[in-house]
Amino acid sequence: MSDELTADDVRHIAALTRLGLSDDEVEMMRGQLSNILRVFESLQQIDTEGVEPTGHTTEVRTVLRDDTPHESLRREQILENAPDSEAGYVRVRPILG
Amino acid sequence: MASSTNPPGTRQDLTDLTAHEAAELLTSGQVSSLELTEAVLARVDALEPQIHSYITVSRERALEAARAADDARSLGKSQGPLSGIPVMVKDNISTEGVPTTAGSRILEGYIPPYDAFVVERLRSGGAVIVGKGNLDEFAMGSSTEHSAFEPTRNPWDTGRVPGGSSGGPAAGVAARECFVSFGSDTGGSIRQPAALCGTVGMKPTYGLVSRYGLIAFGSSLDQIGPFSRDVRDCADALTVISGHDVRDSTSLDSPGQDFANALTGDISGMRLGVPREYLVDGMEPGVKTAFEASLRTLEGMGATLEEISLPLTDQALAVYYIIAPSEASANLARYDGFKYGRAVNDVDTAWEVMDQTREQGFGPEVKRRILIGAYALSAGYYDAYYKKAQQVRTLIRREFAETFERFDALVTPTSPTVAFKAGARMDDPVAMYLSDVCTIPVNIAGLPAISVPGGMSEGLPVGLQFIGPQMGDATILRAAHAYEQATEWHTLKPGI
Repeated sequence: MSDELTADDVRHIAALTRLGLSDDEVEMMRGQLSNILRVFESLQQIDTEGVEPTGHTTEVRTVLRDDTPHESLRREQILENAPDSEAGYVRVRPILG
Repeated sequence: MASSTNPPGTRQDLTDLTAHEAAELLTSGQVSSLELTEAVLARVDALEPQIHSYITVSRERALEAARAADDARSLGKSQGPLSGIPVMVKDNISTEGVPTTAGSRILEGYIPPYDAFVVERLRSGGAVIVGKGNLDEFAMGSSTEHSAFEPTRNPWDTGRVPGGSSGGPAAGVAARECFVSFGSDTGGSIRQPAALCGTVGMKPTYGLVSRYGLIAFGSSLDQIGPFSRDVRDCADALTVISGHDVRDSTSLDSPGQDFANALTGDISGMRLGVPREYLVDGMEPGVKTAFEASLRTLEGMGATLEEISLPLTDQALAVYYIIAPSEASANLARYDGFKYGRAVNDVDTAWEVMDQTREQGFGPEVKRRILIGAYALSAGYYDAYYKKAQQVRTLIRREFAETFERFDALVTPTSPTVAFKAGARMDDPVAMYLSDVCTIPVNIAGLPAISVPGGMSEGLPVGLQFIGPQMGDATILRAAHAYEQATEWHTLKPGI
């Protein structure tokens, strides 16, 4: 596992996360992210053979609630926060084309 | 100005009270909530230009809430320990009708249409919410310098940081700009700033306080908790905000309890472990000296102390900086420029809206964490990073669980250093991450922990941390309270 990222690596991850980055930012992130990845190297020395991963720390398991109707937020309340809306819908720029 | 109609000093003295002292004056009718609130607002007006602990001050709403609390009291309605008490809420906790930015440009203009669970509890308990506390953007940081708005400064020395990410809530309590405040703690974001500002700060057991309405950062790590000027206030505040909530599927189904009952003042026979790995390289000598003096104090009170080893402590930082950014990269995917907040809309396609909204809306630390998280989760690296970190997380949990078979609580320094100078760690993310080396393991394992004032070094506060087993919240409150009552550190206040 190589821990030195290339500029293309950074651009690839940025694209996956829909994060625009300037060329200067790409270079800054390349160096800083490589330093952060080096902090992670120590984990490889730990023997985790057969160890279950932990995603959740308490004893709560899948929680279900009764499927009963209840009041939700009103459409207007939601749209008040939308940057752009029209006729009761969130309006977005074209997705195709 | 209301303050000019009173004898000199009177108003200022009110803000020096603890919440429980102020509550006694409210009960006896010697002071009104309106007077407390006006005194706090006067303090806010005087200090905010230097401290910046608030992002939003909601003056009119606060005065209205104060009048309502006074009315309720005059009708004989008792609403609990925070009734009529001015408090601050970190700005990543949703407040209906009051802007909630999470310290980010990307949420500029966003006004939540609902209250977080803890805010519901505060309102129904008659608390007066003065405003929203400053933080590192999306709670990612250890100095509050990553706030997209002005950085918060430390009331003990305004050339230094208050810690973070809950720097606003910590500085606000220390500077008497509120009596109690509420923050969130993902890797130390309550305890580290509490230590650096000389306040009490507690991260409860994961799931004890509902996260409903908390803007998500690392969902398996995030927990809301209080800041206060003594442990009694912390216990009361936790009593108000804890309890089961069906809207948070990780909320523990525990019966409500009054944490003030835990404060017996007696820790004789309590078994305290002192993990040597927390005395890290780079710990300042003054912090170490203060810590050793605290251990002698605890021993003198009849606690049994034993030095122990938790060998996996050194791995917690790496585990955290894989898991927290991974969860963050998923949680922050929702900021797309379509539904709420700031958007760059003068472009041709929806894809450009997303790219540019996120480019302009997120600051550098948030971008770093999104990128690291996405990298750790991406094809080819998932097993080496994310899965490995989750497996080591299991081992860290086991190590703690085995330790708590022999000990009631652990005691450690909260931070290896006192408050550092503004700007000192901004260019070196790894150095900034090391600020949380003593607090991060707690979140990895979902444990409760509290930081209390535990000494001074170079004229700045030092924090003492008690860590408990899951659901050991009452135990660490008892230990912290007994220690506090045996020392004077919590009575010191910044000269500001």
